[in-house]
Amino acid sequence: MASVVKPTLQWADGRRRLVAGGVWDLSTARLLNTRLPKVAAPEGSDPVAMDLSGVDRLDTAGAWLLERVRRRFAAGGRDVSFVRVPDAFTELIQDMQKVDIDRMPPPLRPRPVVNLLNNTGKVTFDLIHESLLLLNFLGLVLITLGKVVANPRRLRVASTVYHMEATGIKAMLIVGLLSFLIGVVLAYQGAQQLAEFGAQIFVVDLLGVSILRELGVLLTAIMVAGRSGSAFTAQIGTMKVNQEVDALETLGLDPIEVLVIPRVVALMITMPLLVFFADIVGLVGGAMVASAALGIDYGAFLNRLQDAVTLNTFFSGLVKAPVFAFVIGMVGCFQGLRVTGSAESVGRQTTQSVVQSIMLVLVLDAGFSVLFAEIGF
Amino acid sequence: MAGQQDFVIQAHGIRSQFGETVVHDGLNLDVKRGEVMGLVGGSGTGKSVLVNTIVGLRKPQAGTVRVLGRDPYDPDPVRRRDLQKRWGVLFQDGALFSGLSVSENIQVPLRENTKLPQSLIEQIARAKIAMVGLQPDACNKLPSELSGGMRKRAGLARALAMDPEILFLDEPTAGLDPIGASSFDDLIESLRKSLNLTVLMVTHDLDSLNTICDRISVLLNKKVTVGTMDQLMAMDDPWLRAYFHGPRMRAAQHAEQGA
Repeated sequence: MASVVKPTLQWADGRRRLVAGGVWDLSTARLLNTRLPKVAAPEGSDPVAMDLSGVDRLDTAGAWLLERVRRRFAAGGRDVSFVRVPDAFTELIQDMQKVDIDRMPPPLRPRPVVNLLNNTGKVTFDLIHESLLLLNFLGLVLITLGKVVANPRRLRVASTVYHMEATGIKAMLIVGLLSFLIGVVLAYQGAQQLAEFGAQIFVVDLLGVSILRELGVLLTAIMVAGRSGSAFTAQIGTMKVNQEVDALETLGLDPIEVLVIPRVVALMITMPLLVFFADIVGLVGGAMVASAALGIDYGAFLNRLQDAVTLNTFFSGLVKAPVFAFVIGMVGCFQGLRVTGSAESVGRQTTQSVVQSIMLVLVLDAGFSVLFAEIGF
Repeated sequence: MAGQQDFVIQAHGIRSQFGETVVHDGLNLDVKRGEVMGLVGGSGTGKSVLVNTIVGLRKPQAGTVRVLGRDPYDPDPVRRRDLQKRWGVLFQDGALFSGLSVSENIQVPLRENTKLPQSLIEQIARAKIAMVGLQPDACNKLPSELSGGMRKRAGLARALAMDPEILFLDEPTAGLDPIGASSFDDLIESLRKSLNLTVLMVTHDLDSLNTICDRISVLLNKKVTVGTMDQLMAMDDPWLRAYFHGPRMRAAQHAEQGA
């Protein structure tokens, strides 16, 4: 069975018989695909016999190419019958005659302009739809949360503590590192600008106000959204794929109460703690730069900090933490419950979860800024 | 070459081990060209492990594997690739690529391994869809939109995309209703004739064992015992007796004789 035998298709008996020979398989399909359309039916309407006795090897591709010739001739009014088919190939030849390609929908072809319009519309509608669903979910979570507050025994303590560890203690390293580095960067950058006015000492004001008011809580929120919000989505999403969520429901358990509330509550407890930790570490980072590179020693730094920062500054940052935590936790769980069917959907909703929660956090933060400015907090 | 007795799968002295647990020890398995070999065994006896070992997914701790006379663990990736083109594997739940439509799934091996024009690849994929008995409108569907039985058929179509010489099936009828299971059996039987396949199938479906398997390999005591159904039924091993003389088997055989 040498695979070098080329496929052949020749007329014989005064163009009444087509004789096929050689290897008709995937390895020769490319050649056949270009050659076969040139084999034309002769004039007249006599039936054509296709003699396959010389075919050494035939696979689906080869059989399909033969069948294509038959159909082309048939469309031109010439009946083709396969004769002297080797036993091994009869089934395959018959199978191919049954293949009804025209009844299948056409392959999906890319249509850029239509797709652009289509997607724009779809994204807009999805956005509206999803906002409504999120609002609905917010209500559901708040009601369930209310029930849990009214009857604290319904809170799953073990699960809540587990999630506090996962989202709090295990996040400390990365949150601490991030805010430490931000403190370092801010101190350096601020000092360079302030040095022009000979006002290097104000770097302490800069650090104190920006970290305590905004950066500590915001960076922590972004970190938590990327780290814990996405984990919530992936966990609940995987449970959804495995039908675990359905199982809960059939067992008479409320998925919101069992899965969502412990996560949201855990995050609302740990995130203010994380923010506090991030504030302190950020200031330490700044103070280290100030003492090492700017000649402001720790004592001077602390003195200046007490003048620059009031308790209000500190609390105006910290008070946002539980709100952000609630949003991140809720969006993470919401997207997890939105997962359908496949593992691919878990990935998609996880991305959605991170994007959505960070966006909502930023919007809320802007809202807080306006609010605090108005009430002079 | 027809009629000549050659072995397409030869696994000799296989030893598979997970930590302390030895699953196979000195196992030998030979599969002849053109036969349908069933592979059965209790849970945890390493049926899937054996299939994975043969298709090059899990190197055994000892022993040699030859498929079509070649080594699936050949260090040369080109030679390994050549061998991989000549077999098809159907995993338990189809293992379809979830981001691609059924038709695209079947086109993947054709696109990677041939230089055919897209239009012909599309037609071949559709021919396979028709051959495995999927509805015509299934071709643009995503795997998540298919039922379990349809996913298996689509997985089979992908395994057959390159017209392989050997087909490995991991519990092809598990989870199908009896009608679906027996039509899947018919399908494998007719594809075997059409495409001249050698089949190695892990199955617990006694009807499949009865109707389409020429020989059966039983994983027993870390080795394989091979025989036809009648030979195995005549053996004295307690597990074999329990397996082949249980009430389900009697029912399956009764149905077979009645048919």
